[in-house]
Amino acid sequence: MAKQLLKLKVNGRDFEVAVEPYHTLAQVLRNELNLTGTKVGCDMGTCGCCTVHIDGKAKLSCLTLALECQGTSVHTIESLNEYQMHPLQKAFAECGGSQCGYCTPGFIMKSAELLAKNPDPTREEIKAALAGNLCRCTGFMKIYDAVEQAASELRQKTSDKPFPVRS
Amino acid sequence: MPIVSGSGQTRNNHQLNKGVWTESGAPAEAPFNVIGKRVPLKDAYRKVTGEGVYADDMKFPGMLHCRILRATTPHAKIISIDTSRAEALPGVRAVVTGRDAENRFGVLPVSQDEVAMARDKVIYNGEPVAAVAADTEEIAAEAIWLIDVKYEPLQEFLKPRDSLKEVAPELQLHEKVEKKHPNTNIHKAVDQEFGDVEAAFKEAGAIVSAEFKFDGISHGFTEPHAVIAHWDADDRLQLYTPQQVPHYTHRALAKVLELPMHQIQVIRTMVGGGFGGKSDPFQHEMIAALLSMRTRRPVKVTMDREETFLTGRGRHPTEGKLAMAFSKDGKLLALDSDVIIDGGAYGSFGVVSAYYNGVLSNGPYRIPAFRYHGKRIYSNRIPSGAMRGHGSVNPRYCTETLVDMAAVELGIDPCELRMRNFLESNTLTPFHKFRITSNGIREGLAEAMKRSDWKNKWGKLPYGHGIGVGCAWYISGSALPIHWNKLPQSTVHLKIDLDGGIAVHSLAADIGQGSDTVLAQCVAEVLGVDMDRIHVKSTTTDTAPIDLGSYSSRVTFMAGNAARAAAEEIRHKLADAAARLTGQRGEYFDFVNEELVCRSKPDVRVGFMEALHEAQADVGALIASGSYQSPPLGSTFKGSNAGLSPSYSFSAFICELKVDLETGFVQPLKVWAAHDCGKALNPLSVEGQIEGSVHMGLGQALTEQLRYRNGQLLNANFLDYKIPTPFDTPEIEVIIVESHDPEGPFGAKECGEGALAPVIPAIGNAIYDAVGVRMFEVPMTPDRILKAIEKKQREGK
Repeated sequence: MAKQLLKLKVNGRDFEVAVEPYHTLAQVLRNELNLTGTKVGCDMGTCGCCTVHIDGKAKLSCLTLALECQGTSVHTIESLNEYQMHPLQKAFAECGGSQCGYCTPGFIMKSAELLAKNPDPTREEIKAALAGNLCRCTGFMKIYDAVEQAASELRQKTSDKPFPVRS
Repeated sequence: MPIVSGSGQTRNNHQLNKGVWTESGAPAEAPFNVIGKRVPLKDAYRKVTGEGVYADDMKFPGMLHCRILRATTPHAKIISIDTSRAEALPGVRAVVTGRDAENRFGVLPVSQDEVAMARDKVIYNGEPVAAVAADTEEIAAEAIWLIDVKYEPLQEFLKPRDSLKEVAPELQLHEKVEKKHPNTNIHKAVDQEFGDVEAAFKEAGAIVSAEFKFDGISHGFTEPHAVIAHWDADDRLQLYTPQQVPHYTHRALAKVLELPMHQIQVIRTMVGGGFGGKSDPFQHEMIAALLSMRTRRPVKVTMDREETFLTGRGRHPTEGKLAMAFSKDGKLLALDSDVIIDGGAYGSFGVVSAYYNGVLSNGPYRIPAFRYHGKRIYSNRIPSGAMRGHGSVNPRYCTETLVDMAAVELGIDPCELRMRNFLESNTLTPFHKFRITSNGIREGLAEAMKRSDWKNKWGKLPYGHGIGVGCAWYISGSALPIHWNKLPQSTVHLKIDLDGGIAVHSLAADIGQGSDTVLAQCVAEVLGVDMDRIHVKSTTTDTAPIDLGSYSSRVTFMAGNAARAAAEEIRHKLADAAARLTGQRGEYFDFVNEELVCRSKPDVRVGFMEALHEAQADVGALIASGSYQSPPLGSTFKGSNAGLSPSYSFSAFICELKVDLETGFVQPLKVWAAHDCGKALNPLSVEGQIEGSVHMGLGQALTEQLRYRNGQLLNANFLDYKIPTPFDTPEIEVIIVESHDPEGPFGAKECGEGALAPVIPAIGNAIYDAVGVRMFEVPMTPDRILKAIEKKQREGK
């Protein structure tokens, strides 16, 4: 099988990449585009470390073939730290929601999707949204704290909309 | 989170005010600058932005990719390995087999029983046999299937008891086995007896005993194993590896590759979780190094999740019979235990595990008569090793269950029975002479009882709803170094140049537990400066002084003390400079908020930078070295070194849960986790460690098990190896008990491991309270619980 040309937007920039048909989005992001913030923990959709946004929806990039993303707009953890740190990133650091840090980008991307849809989630709603993400370090408590802190900060900022939902 | 003051020590003046400052009559309770504050991890911002660099994130020009061929059978002679077809595949640059590295290695000097790749025989399904370096990962993956290995099957040792039998030499998994049991597959046997155990059982008012069984479990860290080796143009090996213990890898590489240590630099990348699973020197590190030396190009190994499971080193599968004797009034009289732990294919930390499974039962209760027979065996299963709470967790479940059974038999509240038997602070255990300094377990248990409303719940909740308690203790760093030498266990170097930035050099590995942050706090506290000034350089063996690394819960205690000592040396120099500048010789200077303040004349003060530049006059950058070495401890009998630590943490947990009577499914409702960590240097991290320990303990208690069929691991993935999800994890209320250890840095003890063990018995005892059955098999899966309930109902009729 020959490589095929994949055209997509990643973090707002247009890319044209030659990819193998069997390459996953995670592989292309990490190996071809050097966006190594997206982590691969299990390669079979069980840990959520590789979560990115495809057209605004949180998806597992290890279960997504790169060529499925033809013409889409992908956002990775690196996109949240443009010009200023995203409140979720700040909150995960400040609340102790990140220990070893390997699952953190996935948790943050999944949480960002949640807060875009639901700016004021209950703890149960946060649990439900994050149920597919695995953290082995924190026992989740400090992750919930972080999402709640970020949600509250984002709600206060909605008037000037510094963090629009990107698609 | 509540912080409870524990009994024990008042903070010692000399800790903060050593040397000239002790003469100044400094107050005992200096208000702390950064100690005790909720400080985010130094590297947290790199982690949340994705900027943090883990091994698999690194790329080098010309880098090759490696795949490892693994054994497909648990025990077999290797008749032949034909690599010619793999070597002929375009893009393959090198193929190596066990013949390319003859020297054995292993984390313990007494168990040098690993080889880079299997040579004459394979001893577990998944053992590395050969490896390929190729231009791409795809080519490497294709090439390993072109390697032809012919095996001749040998008798397999898959049940621990089979390994106790005498066998012919060719059926011994390793040449060196326990001297007391030659011709077997017993790796290490420990037999200890102290006090009159027989008499204690004869005069006992209550005797409780049971047979227990534990499945093996895995660390389940989220970052799969990965390593990059680069034999560079200067003929030096650069090894980038997520290691908990770069120093032991450094030693093992030197041995296997037959290079002087200084020709190797080990560079720790960010570590995506360890929990003991990244503390052995590993075969894949040797393989990457061999391939890089062969090709003179950087070689990367990145394992998939299945290979990461197969690399193993998780908690030992354990079975054993334990008995305890109590007097009528609830005094613990004796503990008698006999256990077999399944070490799997290699020695790893196993000699230590064999001791720990017995000796770490000598707390948190005073045990006046003690007998332990422990055997660690070799088997054809994946290697066991050190995992969070190393060696203490499974026996802790047994003893805590037995204490609970005794409470029922004696008609005493389980918490009360525990209170009657706790070790005191400032005491030695009777036989092993473990030095108990501060001990806040009574305050912890009392607080957990109060917060959980224990008195109104235990024995009073409706059927299917229960509450249980579990207590534990753990070492704050092993007092004995693995390699016997005269070096300190931790050394920390400081360098402060003109810019005022403070570089802290240490080889203590930050594996997410926050050790860099704690070292920075220790330095910032002594020098009274902002955390932003401190830059911890803890990754490279060329620049960092040796530290024995992140295992046995030793870093905060030992490296923290070393960092403090180094900072105090700098503090002397700065105080002298301030005295020179102000003419206030012989006066005490407080170091607060980046200023040096004369204590008797508070309006006489010097800025930190001003004092620094004065101190640097004629000498340039200030440098200092601090170190920590455990004091002589313990007894003199053979094996008495195991379990020694300068200090011990204590914990008391209570868990409330519900059991679904139809499905046997356990839903924990809440865990109250009281842990005595001495002074909590960073409460944010302490809570994180305790919450994480509870979560991990919960997994072992209810869902996690390594399952095998015919020696093959069946569930080497996160779908079938079930780690608790957010829905399985109850609310955790952390109760930090601060007991102020006299020797720990600023009074600190450990908190990263000890908090795991008590969760499991708290759950088991709560299940008993809920449905009246004792669980003797862990994990307590729904089918096991239902079976126990059914058995009880049958027997009831």
